[in-house]
Amino acid sequence: MAVIQFSTFLLAGQLYGIEVDSVHSVRKFQPLTEVPLAPPSVAGLINMRGQVTTAIDMRVRLELPAREADSTPMNVVVKSDDGLVSLLVDSIGDVIDTSPDQFDQVPESIQGAARDLVVGAYTMPDGQLLLALDAARTVDVGGRSTSVDALPDSATK
Amino acid sequence: MNDMDEIVQEFLLESHENLDQLDRDLVALERDPESRERLSSIFRTIHTIKGTSGFLAFSELEKVTHAGESLLSRLRDGKLHFNAEVTTGLLAMVDAVRRLLAEIEQTGVEGEHDHTELISELTALQESAAKTAAEVAPPPPRLGDLLIKTGRATEEDIHFAIREQEIGDRRHIGEILVEQGVLEPGEVAEMLGQQGDQLPQRSIYESTLRVDVALLDELMNLVGELVLTRNQIVSTIGGAGDPVLLRASQRLNTIASDLQSGVMRARMQQINIVWQKIPRVVRDICVSVGKTVAVEMEGQDTELDKTIIEAINAPLTHIVRNAVDHGIETADVRLAAGKAVEGRIKLSARHESGSVTIEISDDGAGIDLDRVRATAQKKGLASGPELAAMTEDEIVALVFLPGFSTAEKVTNVSGRGVGMDVVRNNIEKIGGAIELRTERTRGTTVIIKIPLTLAIMPALSVTSGGHRYAIPQINLLELIRLEADDASTAIQTIHDAPVFRLRDDLLPLVYLHERLGLSSLRAAKDPLFIAVLQAEDREFGLVVDAVEDTQEIVVKPLQKQLSGIGLFAGATVFGDGSVSLIIDVAEMAHQARRRAAVEQTATATATAGASNRVLITNIGPHRRLAVPIGGVTRLEQLPPAALERVGDREMLQYHGTIIPMARISDVVNDSQPMTVDADAPLQVVVYRRGRRTVGLVVNEIIDIVEEADISVAISGVGVERTLVIGEQITELLDVHAAIVAADPEFFADDIAGAA
Repeated sequence: MAVIQFSTFLLAGQLYGIEVDSVHSVRKFQPLTEVPLAPPSVAGLINMRGQVTTAIDMRVRLELPAREADSTPMNVVVKSDDGLVSLLVDSIGDVIDTSPDQFDQVPESIQGAARDLVVGAYTMPDGQLLLALDAARTVDVGGRSTSVDALPDSATK
Repeated sequence: MNDMDEIVQEFLLESHENLDQLDRDLVALERDPESRERLSSIFRTIHTIKGTSGFLAFSELEKVTHAGESLLSRLRDGKLHFNAEVTTGLLAMVDAVRRLLAEIEQTGVEGEHDHTELISELTALQESAAKTAAEVAPPPPRLGDLLIKTGRATEEDIHFAIREQEIGDRRHIGEILVEQGVLEPGEVAEMLGQQGDQLPQRSIYESTLRVDVALLDELMNLVGELVLTRNQIVSTIGGAGDPVLLRASQRLNTIASDLQSGVMRARMQQINIVWQKIPRVVRDICVSVGKTVAVEMEGQDTELDKTIIEAINAPLTHIVRNAVDHGIETADVRLAAGKAVEGRIKLSARHESGSVTIEISDDGAGIDLDRVRATAQKKGLASGPELAAMTEDEIVALVFLPGFSTAEKVTNVSGRGVGMDVVRNNIEKIGGAIELRTERTRGTTVIIKIPLTLAIMPALSVTSGGHRYAIPQINLLELIRLEADDASTAIQTIHDAPVFRLRDDLLPLVYLHERLGLSSLRAAKDPLFIAVLQAEDREFGLVVDAVEDTQEIVVKPLQKQLSGIGLFAGATVFGDGSVSLIIDVAEMAHQARRRAAVEQTATATATAGASNRVLITNIGPHRRLAVPIGGVTRLEQLPPAALERVGDREMLQYHGTIIPMARISDVVNDSQPMTVDADAPLQVVVYRRGRRTVGLVVNEIIDIVEEADISVAISGVGVERTLVIGEQITELLDVHAAIVAADPEFFADDIAGAA
């Protein structure tokens, strides 16, 4: 079995990864344009070299506690069948090679939205766990969200 | 993709183009059976398809085209007469070919189709008609023979030209000979005239080439980026800075604009691409409902962006179907009404200030307003009193409501479950507008106004709830600035719905920040702005916190994560690099309609001389002002000496009397006082009412334009509203206030009368 390369990033101290093939680029924070009535995990729109790109806040997406107000997220830009989509993460990690013998099923302890997005876990040599995310499912944030659901969220911003 | 696939693809592409041409040729041929040029063109097309399908082993296609070709060859050789039966047979063959091609395109194989019946029909046509073809006129002489006979060309010249054609020159013999210097173009035309034929217009082949649409889209995207970058650079450099840099940026500005229009032109297609199918559609309906209708076209070469062309195809076809089926009367009715038996449908297209206007008119019976009223009432679309209050235009517009259909008989032509509401939706989806005009017994005209392109458009940027949004200019009718003091009285609430009294109508209002779930950042003392928008045949006011400027924006589609919101038509990047959402005005209109069940109960407001004409003048370097002028006013040019000072007031000598006057720039509180050249003549708008006369002195007159129904005096002082005239934002003078500034007593007896 072949080595799989992951582009990694940190969210609330946990290491996550997306297969390198699905990652377009990694960028520093860009100003966001908020989209009223958007699904809660959509942080806004980014001008990515002239392309208007949707940014998804991975903290919200994975139902993690909100990012500290004074920290600036980074962009992991992934390819989707609908163009580029940016994932807002806490910080960027290395590109990591994994081998199949490091692979484990999704730990039972992972619940909620993360359970649908995490496809497996890789144990790093230092014992740290790398949670591998499915890129396509991650960017699929259900565009059919009704405006009523989204209202309280955008109203509080 | 392997080589074979490519050959098949190429074959399909070419055949589809040829088939459209074929439809037109066949219908034209039915009207003009003697045109050998058309017959040959049809024959060549079928022959090519037959040849290639044989080569590619599409045997069914080959069999069908073979039968068609045999029939055509008899026609071409004059052994057979052209008639409606033959046309129907040939059109059936074209349809069969089209079906087979579609099947090949989708599955790669011909599939299970049985065409024996069609083939035997085509064969039968050959034989039955052959008997009646005895008295056919001899074919016209060939051009080559004519030229030799009249001594204009030698036999060698003709042979040379024919050889050229054989080795692939697609031009006609005449063209080749002209290029060789053997003939003058005039001579060819003359000969062709003698030949009784027309010079065909298909020499476009050599000068064009096919380009993948995806590549054009990519180019368009890049140009969009370039335009944005240009906007960024131009706005950064601004007025100051290095003159060299400034010049370079101006040059970049020009080049980017030229490039943009060039690439946009490359994406343009002639509307004929859609129209060429119309004669066939009309003919088919005519045959099935027993009418005769001639189709006229004007402006076939009007160009539109490819995406728009695709979007208007279905609505146009539907409108034409309607016109033939419901509009044009049957022959006996037409005769009884003193009309020609043959009905007329006219399609016309033309460019009009950045958009394209398409008109489809028929000379049929027109729309029966009484029937529309009855239907609307029966279907519960409007109540009796509502109908009674409506104008004729409003009644006609009822046919655009969902669930409306006036057809007494549902025929197989229309009545397919597609109504005019769907047509209107389709047109509005691409930012267009549709309107109906009808006159009893004279006919109906459908007027469609659509943008040239969807990719780049002018838009107004506004802010609401601290965010910036773009509103497509095509939906914008006017802008109203409302001072905070006036807002509480000018905006009323009727049945929980906010409305604004605009002239004689109540304009339903939508607060943008409310719709977006945001809180307005407008301070209580700030003015508010109402953008009067039109969509779905209805006006509504979108209330925003502030209005910025107008710029060309590049429309970027939203990704699927945001497709559920529905209030945004896309996003764009502004000159400063920030992303803004584009408001979907049609969707907003839906919401306005749902929320405001408001009827037009407004009483006329006091107006100071209603007028449709405005004079445009400038006040200060960046402001334009519209001054309403009409029947009660005169424009005068007075010598500077006519200005007199009486105490601390300025007065004018006018026709031997002294009249009060006001300078417009004072009335509108322009920070820069009007600088009048002491020697320049004064431009004065003179208002007269009874024995009272006042003069308003304006700066240079830039223009005088017709503006539909501008009346004034709703509230406010100085500047009344803001209009868009000739794509420029123009403030409208509050004439009432201006006149009162000149002469406080001007309206005195009015007030006395009203009180």
